[in-house]
Amino acid sequence: MTEIFGVPLLALPSQLVLGLVNGSFYALLSLGLAIIFGMLNIINFAHGAFYMMGAFASWMLLTYFGVGYFGALLLAPLLVGTVGIVIERLLLQRLYRLDHLYGLLLTFGLALIIEGLFRDQFGVSGETYEVPEILTGAIDLGFMALPKYRVWVIGVSTLVCLATWLTIEKTRLGSYLRAATENPQLTQAFGVNVPLMIMVTYAFGVGLAALAGVMAAPIFQVSPLMGSNLIIVVFAVVVIGGMGSILGAIVTGLMLGLIEGLAKVFYPEGSATVVFVIMAIVLILRPAGLFGREK
Amino acid sequence: MKTNKTPLFQIRPLAAMAALALGLACGAAQAEISDNVVRIGVLTDMSGAYSDLAGPGAVVAANMAVEDFVAKQKPAFKVELVSADHQNKGDIASNKAREWFDREHVDVVTELVTSSTALAVMKVAKEKNRIALITGAGSSRITNEDCNDVSVHWAYDTYATGNGTGKAVVKQGGKTWYFLTADYAFGQSLEKDTTAVIEANGGKVLGSVRHPFPSTDLSSYLLKAQASGAQVIGLANAGADTINAVKQASEFGITPKQTLAGLLMFITDINSLGLKATQGMYLTEAFYWDMNPETRAWSKRFFERQKKMPTMVQAGLYSAITHYLEAVKAINSDDTQKVMAQMKKVPVNDFFAKNGKIRDDGLMVHDMYLMQVKKPADSHYPWDYYNVRATIPGAEAFEPLSQSRCPLIKK
Repeated sequence: MTEIFGVPLLALPSQLVLGLVNGSFYALLSLGLAIIFGMLNIINFAHGAFYMMGAFASWMLLTYFGVGYFGALLLAPLLVGTVGIVIERLLLQRLYRLDHLYGLLLTFGLALIIEGLFRDQFGVSGETYEVPEILTGAIDLGFMALPKYRVWVIGVSTLVCLATWLTIEKTRLGSYLRAATENPQLTQAFGVNVPLMIMVTYAFGVGLAALAGVMAAPIFQVSPLMGSNLIIVVFAVVVIGGMGSILGAIVTGLMLGLIEGLAKVFYPEGSATVVFVIMAIVLILRPAGLFGREK
Repeated sequence: MKTNKTPLFQIRPLAAMAALALGLACGAAQAEISDNVVRIGVLTDMSGAYSDLAGPGAVVAANMAVEDFVAKQKPAFKVELVSADHQNKGDIASNKAREWFDREHVDVVTELVTSSTALAVMKVAKEKNRIALITGAGSSRITNEDCNDVSVHWAYDTYATGNGTGKAVVKQGGKTWYFLTADYAFGQSLEKDTTAVIEANGGKVLGSVRHPFPSTDLSSYLLKAQASGAQVIGLANAGADTINAVKQASEFGITPKQTLAGLLMFITDINSLGLKATQGMYLTEAFYWDMNPETRAWSKRFFERQKKMPTMVQAGLYSAITHYLEAVKAINSDDTQKVMAQMKKVPVNDFFAKNGKIRDDGLMVHDMYLMQVKKPADSHYPWDYYNVRATIPGAEAFEPLSQSRCPLIKK
């Protein structure tokens, strides 16, 4: 068998596909973060907690109300998004004029409280959520048997990312949003309800995190700690992509998933670190990130 | 950090008078128990990664131990229980232990899940000449390199769980192995210990992959294990890593073609994963609630309070505290060295252990059990999870004293 650095060549494609699956999660999560930072100037540290809430929401919908996976895919982001609205109205909107740090501290505190509540209620081992019947089984790709569910994850997240990007860049609604970010006072003077817009944006970002949570539930254990395990990597993705850059978040998310996949083949011990090494290099060479603009 | 003080047994004045009279009648022995109160400190992980297998359930078990002891033995001294959260951090654990020993006159600190906290508190206990009863931590260092004469390792260690499962699986035909190892001291020593056992029994290790700790997505490593063609995939990790590995192995169709062997798993892990994903797995435990009428009776009482069945850590804690209190009562003293001598002299006989014996290196040697997780169809009531496949006698389950690296053992 052909080998590179002692690794059979055949093993590579399968690891790359797996990297793409993880990249899809990174992309979805960092997209939400990037939108929130771009529009609200809030570094949303509670993002991991919302992701976890999305996963738990789908578990609760199934366990207590008998709502299946596809129902949860729609309902869980709505529910968690509503929580986001409450948080934005009650707390976050008071911080927009202050330094980034205040938003970061507030959302970090919120994340700790939310996680604590779930830990108290469910314990740390978590709950199991089954893969929906229709998506069980695997597709034989020749070099590997890829579970159908993972294909679904790549598909859905690519679609959602693309749709979000198009909405923000190409539609009228998106142009209002971008205008409200550039110059809120002027946009308001043109009769656009900026506070409402900001609230909806936050809820949407939070909803994206919850959507990622629903999609993660059948793959990972639904546990109160699942968000905090992931959020640091996702922040690194956003920093590499460029804070606030939508396209940057999507592309970097997928790319880092792939790089991590490669690291798992050649040097598994370093696979948790590789993202941060890249972050350091990018920050040295391009402090605003790969897709960011210097301000 | 909060400290919960639960005075469990307030002796009524009359009873106290009677006890005093009795004490006087027996001579001055009574004075040997310092301020006539035995204080037990449960130091555990109340909310972190190990709070399900120890945590609040451990405090429940400790409370039960004290209540049962007081009700059955009617001691002349008072027993108080305090508990605190060590957050799995060695420094927090040792500071709390120090505070308890110095200011609150705690006689024994117990539970101590997470090896780093156990090792830290053992040192403080030695310095202050008090006792540490370890039920939650697993590292075999506790009774080897870092052993001392005031500590007892009660429920299990990594040698016993890795060894038991490794040997049994090889004997049942699982000759070729591949390891998924958490890349830190605990995982590496688990892999090393188990490898030795596998090879000694005629098995072969085809390879291993070291994954960062913690990892959420273990599918890449599982694919490597699948490609190796090994019959058995040994999981030399714990907690969420093990849970996710099991879940993803089933998703990728790796199980049941290849068998998974959990080298350190608890019944709470099985409960959270469900039988569909875990069926057929082998694991070694010191305790299972559904083994005999005695274990069932105790576990059902525990369940009434905690709404979960006990882990070996929680059951072991009850056993350890009971043995300690009985030793104190028997010699009517809470002097550390005297109590330790008494605890080592008397075998441990309760629902948790039969003829358990505390060795000079501090290891409580007792039988371990090889379990196989049931198929969903064979599970007939809640928490009906295991078939007990073999009883591993204590002498075989634990590392023999002849191989001990404990300085207390003279060879």
